[in-house]
Amino acid sequence: MPADFNWAIGGEAGDGIDSTGKIFAQALSRAGRHVFTSKDFASRIRGGYTAYKVRTSVDQVQSVVDRLDVLIALTQRTIDENLDELHEGSVIIYDGDRTTMQDVEIPEGMIGLDVPLKSLAEDAGGAIMRNVVALGAACAVGEFPIENLDSALEKRFGDKGSAIVDNNKEAARLGREYVLDEYDHEFGFDLECTDENYVLLNGDEAIGMGAIAAGCRFYAGYPITPATDVMEYLTGRIEEYGGHVVQAEDELSAINMALGAARAGARSMTATSGPGIDLMTETFGLVATSETPLVICNVMRSGPSTGMPTKQEQGDLNAMLYGGHGEVPRFVLAPTTIAECFHKTVEAFNLAEKYQLPVYLTADLSLAVTEQTYPPEEFDMDAVEIDRGKVVDEGTVGEWQDEQGRFKPHALTDDGISPRTFPGTEGGVHMSTGLEHDELGRRTEDTDMRVQQVDKRSRKVDTAREREPFEPREFGNPDADTLVVSWGSNEGALIEAKTFLDEEGVDARFLSVPYIFPRPDLTEAVEAAEETVVVECNATGQFADLIEHDTLTRVTRINKYDGVRFKADELAERIADVLATGEEATA
Amino acid sequence: MSSNVRFTDFKSDAQPTWCPGCGDFGTMNGMMKALAETGNTPDETFVVAGIGCSGKIGTYMRSYAIHGVHGRALPVGTGVKLANPDIEVMVAGGDGDGYSIGAGHFIHAVRRNVDMTYVVMDNRIYGLTKGQASPTSREDFETSTTPEGPQQPPVNPLALALAASGTFIAQSFSTDAQRHAEIVKQAVEHDGFGFVNVFSPCVTFNDVDTYDYFRDHIVDLQDADHDPTSYEDARSRILDRDKEYQGVLYRDEESVPYERSHGVDADMSDIPDGAPEDAMDLVREFY
Ligand SMILES: Cc1ncc(C[n+]2csc(CCOP(=O)(O)OP(=O)(O)O)c2C)c(N)n1
Ligand code: SF4
Repeated sequence: MPADFNWAIGGEAGDGIDSTGKIFAQALSRAGRHVFTSKDFASRIRGGYTAYKVRTSVDQVQSVVDRLDVLIALTQRTIDENLDELHEGSVIIYDGDRTTMQDVEIPEGMIGLDVPLKSLAEDAGGAIMRNVVALGAACAVGEFPIENLDSALEKRFGDKGSAIVDNNKEAARLGREYVLDEYDHEFGFDLECTDENYVLLNGDEAIGMGAIAAGCRFYAGYPITPATDVMEYLTGRIEEYGGHVVQAEDELSAINMALGAARAGARSMTATSGPGIDLMTETFGLVATSETPLVICNVMRSGPSTGMPTKQEQGDLNAMLYGGHGEVPRFVLAPTTIAECFHKTVEAFNLAEKYQLPVYLTADLSLAVTEQTYPPEEFDMDAVEIDRGKVVDEGTVGEWQDEQGRFKPHALTDDGISPRTFPGTEGGVHMSTGLEHDELGRRTEDTDMRVQQVDKRSRKVDTAREREPFEPREFGNPDADTLVVSWGSNEGALIEAKTFLDEEGVDARFLSVPYIFPRPDLTEAVEAAEETVVVECNATGQFADLIEHDTLTRVTRINKYDGVRFKADELAERIADVLATGEEATA
Repeated sequence: MSSNVRFTDFKSDAQPTWCPGCGDFGTMNGMMKALAETGNTPDETFVVAGIGCSGKIGTYMRSYAIHGVHGRALPVGTGVKLANPDIEVMVAGGDGDGYSIGAGHFIHAVRRNVDMTYVVMDNRIYGLTKGQASPTSREDFETSTTPEGPQQPPVNPLALALAASGTFIAQSFSTDAQRHAEIVKQAVEHDGFGFVNVFSPCVTFNDVDTYDYFRDHIVDLQDADHDPTSYEDARSRILDRDKEYQGVLYRDEESVPYERSHGVDADMSDIPDGAPEDAMDLVREFY
């Protein structure tokens, strides 16, 4: 177990949990510590339990664990909800003056710090700062230099003027001093700082940033949890680069606007979550048959129907692979880390334009809403390359016209990829349609042409398989008998689970697969292993099905569909169990 | 823009499969005339069509075009226009396409006021699916799916547009070639969303709203002392369901198109080979 520190603040929605947690996470990141945050939130604005958890270490952290060292509890429920993560020596900071916390019960073996958060906040200038007093108290417990908190407070409240910033700094100091004065105690934590400079961001933000880096200019969307952050990130930023965000009237409109912009030559994107994907499915078919490059981002939440909008799941894989009537190629990319959300977004735009088809870019809720620190170089903008594929201009359009000078947007080519013109290009006039069409884009029911166009479209997939390195990411022992495969956000938990498994002497090879379609061929890896275990957050094992289909080999499944992401230690235990008993386990 | 464009330049070489006598021929000719007369070229024009007999128009015109899915043509047009404001965008569809499946988009396109033209070929019936009631069918119009008539009042698309803060609301009759083309031309020239509901008779499935019926009932606003810039005038005419008006019912002279109010003026097809030069600033925001 790495020497890390786990902290949380919890209370009712509306208590400012999110912004307080974020301030603490930023303070740690600015102190050169790695941070991984996770949120527990209910689908309501006021009322309902909410928590923001921060795991921090000087080493990289990329998952959550079953452990809490310091908890700021604004309600009794916060303590109850986290009981099994608290341990001997855990510190609970609370305000005994708060009506709901007067009879608070501190479990045995734990240290309760009663800090008058509200009255100290009032001393500093206003009760509203009571959470910041609590942060100051947490600094005292963790022996964390409070100056690091100052810069996070400046970032958070800077726009509101220096008086507000100063009051907040004062509030934090009062909290810290109170603990030092009243509790003469060694808590045993030491949050060491380093000289590193990290950035802290979540998957949705990384996707938005990737879109701008990739030259995305048009975004149309309709708000839905947990995809809305992508839209919020782009709004106000994309304009700086000549782009525009439209909040459409619904998802049907959003995808159609994005399609129109793409046909006009813009790199274009929409983002939504499950229910929105359902609505977009009809137009998805048009995007694909008209061979329009479009990035459709699906930030998955728990389904079906409205399901559990604020909970984790990886249940839409089949919908993205098979959704829509008829048969039509589409690519599905699934970043496995927050940094990869950035890189895969850039790749999604390139693939969409190179192969002229819709690309689903999918992140699961855990990836989208949790934040993690990275060195800024991880987002190397100089390395971003933009490939627009076969765009034809006035000089070259002649090569793609028939004898009568008509442009062939669906020309039958060996690689399946046809030329593309943007409106305004002389000699490139053409119509796109969802009807089956000939090379010119004219409707056809000719049997030969139908077959040729279907084959042409699917040839693009073969071409992509030849040209693109659709590789999995690998770690662990390449010669181990056990192969563990996962996709999406499970990678972080898996990497850390490896440490636990190593300690228990369990040896495994791990593959994390960011390409769902086209995907790497895992046949060799599966055949080389004695046992293959597939880890995913859904009930039926949609990815496991694909691996069985590809490799004609039965795999063992570890599924989780309770709405909560895998924790590293939990996952290690599940893998060890499965290997010991040979039984599949679900939760 | 070019001054020597002829309207036949907008004709494709595809032979229309509309029934002989269908109102859509006239509607389309008027659209092509309006485009040519406003100086647009096929290379700089984008036509978006929906599904239905009306939706086939994208095939018969020569321009950049898309034949979309049923009811969603307006959002596509919006995307095209915002991505390249230099392109002339014309959206066409049927009454079923626009006022039934696409009704939500219609209201929002009207209020969004993007600078494009929307022409609805209103035949008061579903043509392509062979004669079912449409939202503009009369209350007692018997069809295969409404043997007793829909028994609901028809929607009033002009009233919907007015209620949604439309800035250009007009109506024309496809066979009155000169007048129809002129009305569409004004819609194209309008700074904002130009909406024209066109009476475009279906000679196969609608024996009520026929050429003869319209010929007998149309009142041309040119002859009716109508001031299209007056909201009150427009309102009283639009709510008068006993008359079939032809002409511009309402024109907001103050109309500010979406592109202008939202500062959208770039051709978005033009992007660099790599990330923007100052892209590292985006990363630094996360410190
Ligand atoms: C989602 C969907 N539902 C139904 C249809 C079938 N459909 C095709 S055209 C049409 C009605 C067209 O009526 P209208 O828009 O009035 O056009 P017209 O054919 O009369 O010109 C319908 C319901 C479809 N193509 N897509
Ligand atoms: S069915 Fe009616 S609307 Fe369709 S082409 Fe024939 S006349 Fe025109």
